[in-house]
Amino acid sequence: MKINSIYKEEKKSAFQKVSEVIITMASRPSGFIGLSILVFHIILAFVSPYIAPYDFKAINPTLMLQAPSAEYWFGTDDLGRDVFTRTILGGRTALTITFFGSLIALLWGGLLGIFCGLVGGKIDDIVMRIVDAFLSIPWILAMLLIVSLLGTSTEVLIPALGFFYGKGIVRVARAATHDVIAKDFIVSARARGHSNFSIIWNEIIPNVRDAILVEGAMRWSWMLLGFSSLSFLGFGVSPPTPDWGLMISNARGLMSFAYWAVIAPIVGLSSLIIGINLTADAFAKALGIDRSTKAPV
Amino acid sequence: MLFLIIKRILLGFITLFIVSLITFVGTEILPGDACTTYLERQAFGEQLEACYRRLGLNVPAYERYVSWAVNAIQGDFGYSLSGEMPIKEVLGPRIKNSLVLASAAIFIGIPIALILGIVTALWRDKLPDVAISTVTIFAMTIPEFISATLLILIIAIWLEWLPGIVIVPTDVSFLELLPNIILPVIAIAMIMTAHMARMVRSSVIQVMASEYVQMAILKGVPYWKMVFKHVLPNALLPAINVVALTIAWLLGGVVVTEVVFNYPGLGRLVIESISNRDLPTVQALAIILASIYVSINLLADLMTLMLNPRLKTLQIRK
Repeated sequence: MKINSIYKEEKKSAFQKVSEVIITMASRPSGFIGLSILVFHIILAFVSPYIAPYDFKAINPTLMLQAPSAEYWFGTDDLGRDVFTRTILGGRTALTITFFGSLIALLWGGLLGIFCGLVGGKIDDIVMRIVDAFLSIPWILAMLLIVSLLGTSTEVLIPALGFFYGKGIVRVARAATHDVIAKDFIVSARARGHSNFSIIWNEIIPNVRDAILVEGAMRWSWMLLGFSSLSFLGFGVSPPTPDWGLMISNARGLMSFAYWAVIAPIVGLSSLIIGINLTADAFAKALGIDRSTKAPV
Repeated sequence: MLFLIIKRILLGFITLFIVSLITFVGTEILPGDACTTYLERQAFGEQLEACYRRLGLNVPAYERYVSWAVNAIQGDFGYSLSGEMPIKEVLGPRIKNSLVLASAAIFIGIPIALILGIVTALWRDKLPDVAISTVTIFAMTIPEFISATLLILIIAIWLEWLPGIVIVPTDVSFLELLPNIILPVIAIAMIMTAHMARMVRSSVIQVMASEYVQMAILKGVPYWKMVFKHVLPNALLPAINVVALTIAWLLGGVVVTEVVFNYPGLGRLVIESISNRDLPTVQALAIILASIYVSINLLADLMTLMLNPRLKTLQIRK
């Protein structure tokens, strides 16, 4: 009887588990604020093309640098484009690219890390040396080089960001794998004659998943920061596309008399990054992963 | 102990060797080379071959790598393509300027980070902690270019206290540079301080929860004596490594900050050389920035090793 009840408790559906984690996250004030900001931005990214009051690329020389008014809520920029329209549209590209970039980073970084942690030995040594070498090249130099030589299309940016932000995940996944590798259930799986693949899939991934997911959430906010820095430097998305980094860099030169054109994208980008950060923090706490406590393996 | 240090230094060199391979192979396999970029539409036939000969691009890649590496070890990175002057001379003043910026930020940042981190840890979840932690989250997460832009907008444009951008020649003396670097230093120090303060906080909290601290409390050791004698020495040791990682990670952020303030340092050189497809300079920059990263980490590891008696005996026994 008792065994049965324990068994039942562990057999929660994926949906139940996810909703439990989200409820735990939202029960802390910082987590609640972070989640609300993030959800707001995601919804905004979906609906903004339909609610935008003006055309984001409509240039109007008669309306250059208008101060905020009832008609143009956030004013207009140096080409007479509506800043409100461009601001609510400005997060879409960044969110999409960094979301898929993080997924790629999670996948390759997580799998390679688990593999290295599992096999150990020479292969592990060599791979970790290479990962260390990549870690010591500043991200901005590598990204700028790739983007300037291959172009700034989405097909280049997503894999490039995914690759460069995945190398840190390799280390985390490897360390998490080392924590479980010596446990009895791995030893018994080996004794049962399971293949490496089966051990990774059935034994290790369920146990290191939380640690990798938390790391991935943190990477997402860093990647967003990196991506908007690229846009700011002129190496990200190309002009008429509304993007916060690009808008800030364009409006910066004129901010001594048209501060609204720079404040609006700043608020947009900062709130999104803070939202993701708070969410990632709350996510880590909800899964019991904290610097002061070890992961419950 | 000595063996351990030598091993650690060797590992650093291996990392740098791989970095040099990666940058070399990377610039090699990416489409377009210096000559096609430099000559643009005229990149064919006689002219292209003359350019290849002039830059020595007509010999096999591995030979070029070996000769480049041998020269680079001696501090000679060849000639930059755009300025047509030795990269060594281009780099010199830039490195100095960036060092001024970075060290000023570090000297201001570390003491503030220590104080903030300790205060927030000791008053955990009380008002000082909540207030300071909220501010540090903001300072930490907001991109460098946003905090720098806001600093310029508020302090330079609205209040008119300090110059907003740095307009000085590359080889300016330190005293002339000083008033210009206040805002860039604040922009960099803010993010770094916030990162480090959070590290120090979690490190102190972890030590405060350990058994020997509980023991000290039970024994009736006065609170502040316990904090300074028992908690801090143990809490700050692991923080050294994290601080090193933070400084190294910020190399990328320094690039952006330098661009915002138009500061003539390494960061702006990165952007300039990449915009000009000046691959020899880019290779030199990659190696130099990677060396900075590796040596900061090495220094931190060695410091931890020297300062931690437990680690010392442990390694000898091994």
